[in-house]
Amino acid sequence: MKNELRHQKAVEKLTDIAGTVYDQIDSGKIPKMVIPLRTKSNIRFDRKSAVWKYGKAMGARSAKKLTGAQMLLRTMYMLEFIEDMIKEEKSSTLREMYYISEGWAKAKFSAQDESNMLAEDLEIITTCMREDFKLRPEEDGARVIGNITIQETDRKGKKKKINCRDDVGDSGYGIPYNVEKEKISFLDCDADFIIAIETGGMFDRLVENKFDDDSHAILVHLKGQPARSTRRFIKRLNEEMKLPVCSFTDGDPWSFRIHASIAYGAIKTAHLSEYLATPTAEYIGITASDILNYDLPTDKLNDKDIQALNAEKTDPRFNDEFWKHEIDLMLEIGKKAEQQALAKYGLDYVTDTYLPEKLSEMGIIKK
Amino acid sequence: MSSIAHDLAKKQKEISVSEFFEKNKQILGFDSLTRALITSVKEPVDNSLDACEDAGVLPDLIVKVEKIDNTEYRVTVEDNGPGIVKKQVPNVFARLLYGSRFHTRSQKRGQQGIGVSAVVMYGQLTTGKATKVRSKISDEDVAYECELILDTKKNRPDIIEEDFVIWDRPHGTSFSVNVKGKYVAGKQSIFEYLKGVAIVNPHAKITFIPPEGNAIVFERASEQIPPPTKEVKPHPEGVELGELLSMAKYTESLKMTSFLNTEFSRISYRVAREICDIAGVPQDQRPDKMSLEQAGAILEAVKKVKIMSPETDCLSPIGETLIRKGLKNVLGPMKADFYAPPVTREPRVYAGNPFVVEVGIVYGGQLSKEDAVQILRFANRVPLMYQQGACAITQAVEAVDWRRYGLEQRGGSGIPFGPAILLVHVASTKIPFTSESKEAIANIPEIKEEIELALKACARKLKTHLNKAEKRSKTRVKFEIVQDIIPMIAEKSAKIVGKPVPKLAGTITKIMNVVWIDEDLTFEKNRHHIQVKIYNYTPKTQSFHLHMLVPYDKIDQKTLKEKPTEIRDGNKLTWQVKRLSSTDVFDLTYDLHGVPQEEYDENEVYVSGIDPASVIGVEVLPGDWDLEHIKITEGTVKEEPEEGEEGEVDYDEGAEVMENEE
Repeated sequence: MKNELRHQKAVEKLTDIAGTVYDQIDSGKIPKMVIPLRTKSNIRFDRKSAVWKYGKAMGARSAKKLTGAQMLLRTMYMLEFIEDMIKEEKSSTLREMYYISEGWAKAKFSAQDESNMLAEDLEIITTCMREDFKLRPEEDGARVIGNITIQETDRKGKKKKINCRDDVGDSGYGIPYNVEKEKISFLDCDADFIIAIETGGMFDRLVENKFDDDSHAILVHLKGQPARSTRRFIKRLNEEMKLPVCSFTDGDPWSFRIHASIAYGAIKTAHLSEYLATPTAEYIGITASDILNYDLPTDKLNDKDIQALNAEKTDPRFNDEFWKHEIDLMLEIGKKAEQQALAKYGLDYVTDTYLPEKLSEMGIIKK
Repeated sequence: MSSIAHDLAKKQKEISVSEFFEKNKQILGFDSLTRALITSVKEPVDNSLDACEDAGVLPDLIVKVEKIDNTEYRVTVEDNGPGIVKKQVPNVFARLLYGSRFHTRSQKRGQQGIGVSAVVMYGQLTTGKATKVRSKISDEDVAYECELILDTKKNRPDIIEEDFVIWDRPHGTSFSVNVKGKYVAGKQSIFEYLKGVAIVNPHAKITFIPPEGNAIVFERASEQIPPPTKEVKPHPEGVELGELLSMAKYTESLKMTSFLNTEFSRISYRVAREICDIAGVPQDQRPDKMSLEQAGAILEAVKKVKIMSPETDCLSPIGETLIRKGLKNVLGPMKADFYAPPVTREPRVYAGNPFVVEVGIVYGGQLSKEDAVQILRFANRVPLMYQQGACAITQAVEAVDWRRYGLEQRGGSGIPFGPAILLVHVASTKIPFTSESKEAIANIPEIKEEIELALKACARKLKTHLNKAEKRSKTRVKFEIVQDIIPMIAEKSAKIVGKPVPKLAGTITKIMNVVWIDEDLTFEKNRHHIQVKIYNYTPKTQSFHLHMLVPYDKIDQKTLKEKPTEIRDGNKLTWQVKRLSSTDVFDLTYDLHGVPQEEYDENEVYVSGIDPASVIGVEVLPGDWDLEHIKITEGTVKEEPEEGEEGEVDYDEGAEVMENEE
């Protein structure tokens, strides 16, 4: 779809939302919006796409209560703001929009989370994406190193070829917030798989140890919980270049969720799972079993960790034998470990021993 | 042998007073330097207040504490009481156990006649300095001034110096003593003590000049002098063996029956004869010849004879109005939200002694929400500063389940937490203290039960207030929705879709579905400004009556646009609210002039002729208004379920935190 057309469609759908609210007031009803519940109990596995999407449970945002009324008012302000931007061919970051709301009197947001969430609500209702609303996130700085050649269209409209091993410095190729075809295309690639790494320290370790070259891998740094663009980038590489994906994170409940958002779809953005998640992605570790098998240095689970693990036990995305076993085991030993704990056995241990062992176990590389 | 015994006895007598003091430092209130200084203020202040009350004078006290050196202070307490005649000055201040109250029963601050003389003795023992007293009675032109020392060997006052001086006061007494002590701020301090005194003695003006200068004045909040307390004879059920023996020794009666009849209350000659018969004591025996066994038998007999309960009209409780005034006057700077109407219980009796319990509660404002509530304990209008844990007041507070009344309390017992101050006053002709230092009331079951009942009665009023406040804040939220947010949503959505702004009445009445009455009261330039706004947020036209309790003759008629339709008893006003259309507002404002601020500090607004369930903000007319012509109509507005529609989940509530996901 052409850009103008996408924006036009967004304006129509946003105006429809205002129209519904208008009609409700005009007919003397209490205005409300009905939105799919964005909770873990309302995500369903979609067989066709093999990812988790929102189910049928709906919640109401009604003006009968103060929060509901405030959110409806914010929605009206946000609609107006987006339509104005489209009209004036401007765009803003999510953070800028949060600050714009300073001038919205009673509709002012009290935290950026609130405005981000509302933007997502609008995506869900309109089935548009925030880019269609001229809203974008800040660059989040995730990086890539590996033998893949990308063609990127720069600010001036010039197409540039970048090889992510030869044309970049040690920090790699920075993933832009827009990774769609009009911005990025993959030209050529000599790699066997993609390894998505949670921490910068481990990413740098694999770079220094030349793991990309030696193992024919593309290294992607997730920077914690990966941004939409990082997940989309991985999915496109997976689909277009036919590369298997695996994630390598710390061994704690939060890292399990990082993998879940890459492979199954995140709860918060389940309306976009089909577009963001890579259902074939595999989890390397650190698993609770790794902690025992490799006798890794650990930290004690704190109360929040334990709470998170227990929450995952009722998360449908983790409802399989592998995860049940690992979550229970972690609760049982009461320990967590960082991926860099592997340095206990020397700096090369991760690339010489741990990853080859785990990856061949998974059948991603041959011994 | 016998002469040795006599010598010993003499010696024993000689050392008795100072030894008595040394041994009883703690119970007399001099066990620490901090406490000694407080006691040195407390005793003369108690005396001054008692003296003023006896003379029917509004007390005006000046309390001055000066620092002499690191551990020495001079305490001066000056009053405008009746003064003391020259002859009595030395005895009143420098003779232990000399007092007019020791054998009588009345509700007084001082009870034992030890207090102020103990301060004099403590001062001379610790600083070697004499106490200076100046007193002037209104008959005299000049004041008598003397320096006193207590002769500890003889328990007699020693006058070191005396003179007559000119004093600009018409009458009064000034007491000045040097003591070893330590001046501190905080919970147990002279300031807190005087603050307590000011609360329960709103008729007193107290000026406190602390060592650092800068006088603090507790202004008088009431011109009403407490009625003088009546002295009553002891009730036989409250008399102890030793007391009975000593009374029998000093009585002027010559026969047991007349002794019992004249020295005790509620004993008629018939009852006296009955007691003697049951006790096996001859009716005409001389009381001073009564043996220990006989005295015991008399007390036993008292229990078996039916004797009327003691009189209770000898008690003088502070009263609900004055407790509230005192609390407001002294605690004003805390800007509390609510002064619960205080509770004064009916007098009760324990062991032959009448007593009465009073409770006041202050809530909210700048009081700390996290800390344990503050308990202000008082016995016969004297603040109790020490031994909180041992006191029946504290134990009664701990026994109440405060969670029911809107305060936090771990496990439903113990001292509650929350932004509250509890005032408990126990008045009695004989307060059962746990010790001579008079800091804690003993746990007498009758007294503890009364305190609990009083606390609960007052706490119920607090709870009612909190419920109202909660209902009000819920309504305010809805008010914000319909007044501010819905109009903005309507305006914005109209702008986006390019249509005229829709009418809001339907939406607003569906959200509120009540008649909302908002009343407000401000006081400025000696005028009360009263405002009552009635918003009809129901879908129907409403007609009903509005009632207010206001002195009609104080209303500034120029400001009264809506005339009341009826005036009863000069202050029961009724307005007819006729056909108030859906979403319309009825506005009633007027001023009062010439009413003291504290005499009208809350609007009393009621409605009638409308279903109470559909009105928020005011109460339904109480029964005692006695308005026959108004018929109370019932249930016209159907109540809608409070939250959402059937089975609808609120999108913005109960959503789990989606941490760490983008």
